[in-house]
Amino acid sequence: MTHPPDPGPAPVLALRDVSKSFGAVRALRGVSLELFPGEVHALAGENGAGKSTLIKTLAGVHRPDAGQVLLDGEPVAFHGPGDARDAGIAVIYQEPTLFPDLSIAENIFMGRQPRRALGRIDHKATHAATAALMRRLGVDLDPDRPARGLSIADQQIVEIAKALSFDARVLIMDEPTAALTGSEVARLFGVVRTLGEQGAVVLFISHRLEEIFQICRRVTTLRDGAWIASEPVDGMTEDDLVRRMVGRDLDELYPKQDVTPGDVALSVRRLTREGVFTDVSFEVRRGEIVGLAGLVGAGRTEVARAVFGVDRWDAGEVDVDGRRLTNGAPSTAMAAGLALVPEDRRAQGLVMDMSIERNIGLTGLRTTVKAGLVDRGAERSRSLDWAVKLQVKYARIADAVSTLSGGNQQKVVLAKWLATGPKVLIVDEPTRGIDVGTKAEVHRLLSQLAADGVAVLMISSDLPEILGMADRVLVMHEGRITAEIPRSDATEETVMAAATGRAAA
Amino acid sequence: MPESLTRAVRWDTVVGALLVVLLLLSFGTVDGFGNALNLSFLIGNTLPIALIALPMTLLVVAGEIDLSVASTAGLSGAVMGKLWNDGMAIETIIPICLLLGVVCGLVNGLLVTRLGLPSLAVTIGTLAAYRGIAQIVLGSDAVTDFPTQYLDFAAGRLGDTFLPQAFLPFLVLLAIAVVVLHATPFGRSLFAIGASEEAARFAGIRVKRHKLILFTVTGLMASLTGIFWALHYASARYDNATGLELSVVAAVLLGGIDFDGGKGTLGGAIAGVFLLGALQNVMSLLNVSAQSQIVVTGVLLVISVLGPRVARQISVARAASSAG
Repeated sequence: MTHPPDPGPAPVLALRDVSKSFGAVRALRGVSLELFPGEVHALAGENGAGKSTLIKTLAGVHRPDAGQVLLDGEPVAFHGPGDARDAGIAVIYQEPTLFPDLSIAENIFMGRQPRRALGRIDHKATHAATAALMRRLGVDLDPDRPARGLSIADQQIVEIAKALSFDARVLIMDEPTAALTGSEVARLFGVVRTLGEQGAVVLFISHRLEEIFQICRRVTTLRDGAWIASEPVDGMTEDDLVRRMVGRDLDELYPKQDVTPGDVALSVRRLTREGVFTDVSFEVRRGEIVGLAGLVGAGRTEVARAVFGVDRWDAGEVDVDGRRLTNGAPSTAMAAGLALVPEDRRAQGLVMDMSIERNIGLTGLRTTVKAGLVDRGAERSRSLDWAVKLQVKYARIADAVSTLSGGNQQKVVLAKWLATGPKVLIVDEPTRGIDVGTKAEVHRLLSQLAADGVAVLMISSDLPEILGMADRVLVMHEGRITAEIPRSDATEETVMAAATGRAAA
Repeated sequence: MPESLTRAVRWDTVVGALLVVLLLLSFGTVDGFGNALNLSFLIGNTLPIALIALPMTLLVVAGEIDLSVASTAGLSGAVMGKLWNDGMAIETIIPICLLLGVVCGLVNGLLVTRLGLPSLAVTIGTLAAYRGIAQIVLGSDAVTDFPTQYLDFAAGRLGDTFLPQAFLPFLVLLAIAVVVLHATPFGRSLFAIGASEEAARFAGIRVKRHKLILFTVTGLMASLTGIFWALHYASARYDNATGLELSVVAAVLLGGIDFDGGKGTLGGAIAGVFLLGALQNVMSLLNVSAQSQIVVTGVLLVISVLGPRVARQISVARAASSAG
């Protein structure tokens, strides 16, 4: 059973000609998929291609309008997620939800702990069973440790262990790596490989194409709800995969224009926030895109927050376009021409329950005013204008932003800030979790802004993005800037060396 | 068609419709409801709740609450009575009392914004503290001999109508509050703060300043209400308006203002205030005992928290089934 399968033995789980519509939207049209024991199978496609619907169909959340779900070759009808779980299908989400005050072991066996006489919970047995699961996954996590304070990576491991405790044979991992650091991804992949060797099926979804090539054996591509291809990863290139997903040749993922830098627009001198970052100095000139690289936790986001004024700094000074900023005052930073597209678009970038129109309008409350009142006409035309310029796909401008896909939400955040006509734009992980087509659009936009004289500071954990877009790369390590690398010298090796503190400061 | 259906289940519309239905039913079937005297009682008794509901609506939209309003009202009335007994001119006393309300609100606001304490806890504390100060100031005295022109204004009616004289100033304040909440950048910011304080901060909105202003204005309005109360009932006592905060909060929530902040309309809140007021009036006319009235109010409060959520779920479900 556990020997590497050539597609040929019976699939564990399969979809045959599955269609699913929501009202007029055909989310899946005749999609077929076969998952074989021991295989790590990638599901690729842009946002809105139907990946989520497919996952939810496998997980028993949706029932197909037409077509069949086959388990071990037999048609099954899942009436709910519970049925799918009992059939051995588990979904691991990007951000797990554990009970923070309970231990790892208690989380895994929540509601079905081994019992002793009189219904008392058998803590020893719970502990032992959890330890066995961890050994099976090849990770070292103490079963008695509380879930609070676990990294997202460790929480995912706990979720995987929980799935295994239900005897899951099919694990669906929905963008598990989006919030992980490089070494955490490596460990997760170790676990995934172990699962594959033990005969489990993993259906893997990621927007990071290189990961698909790294870990998956086969890839199924969806586009606009339709099945495009299922094929071995061997012999494919990233360009091949992108073409399948987008349906055309992508112009270019990193359309960087050459711009002669102008005057200094953002000047940060000796900025320090105790215990977070120290003595940070740099400049960004008009027309420049400066990349800020580093590992997660190096202090990049914290510097951006302090510069914008959401956090206070303890020492140092910041000038935007020659104007000294006030410590801890985003409104003065905005007035000076600074814009920040924050890291977490759902919590920081957008008010999710508010309309697209009003979200974009939030940054214009000082300018779209007539006689002290919000000028609704001006607000609407400003919002429409930028939503159209950035090609946000929406039904009505008055719809809540929560109804949009991730990529379109990110475009609304960008629209909200570009509408202020910024002189300096800081973008923090501008393309995290958005599909490759939208990613190219965002890059083109940043490049165009720089060409128009905006100074851009781009924080990113996506190294190809940094290398492809930045004129200069600043690297942070443990709260300090450890290297400044011109575009010509920037490679994965030089940046990673500085980011991990291996290079001379 | 689906869109109009979705709009039809908006909770503030539901409350407005309920109010109209209750009024029509009462006019038709409840003896003594429709006469001018009863209507003026109804509105006069509801005005204190309505006055405080104005700033309370803004506070709850911004995700905060002030439970000390009734105590601030009581304290203002007590200080007014004490200073009047001491022989000070009423024209001097009223500004002093209003200033006192500002200070009470400012204390709440500073505790919430500077120390980062939850407003529910802070204002439960000041609810007790302000009432205690009121008792220290006035003891168990009741001051009743305020100048007649003031008493007449607070208790009198507009010409031959059933409307209290104080109703006109209230309408002006209501109009101001509606404009501030629904048409100014300040009001727009309050919705953003209530829905997501962090996103509001990242949009450059000065969250703490907005909240401090709100608490201060709430203190001012509570004190104004306390002055009105003492004059309307011609009695300044330390325990004036005790428990009024619950009626205000119940009415505001009944009007569809989301307790979690970020949602609601002032129209809904005011409809909630008068629905509650009319209901209590009708129950009194029907000789429902005071205890039973409290039970009804309590049940309404639970429904008011539940209702908007159910209405929203219905509209979300409808939107989902129509849009897909």
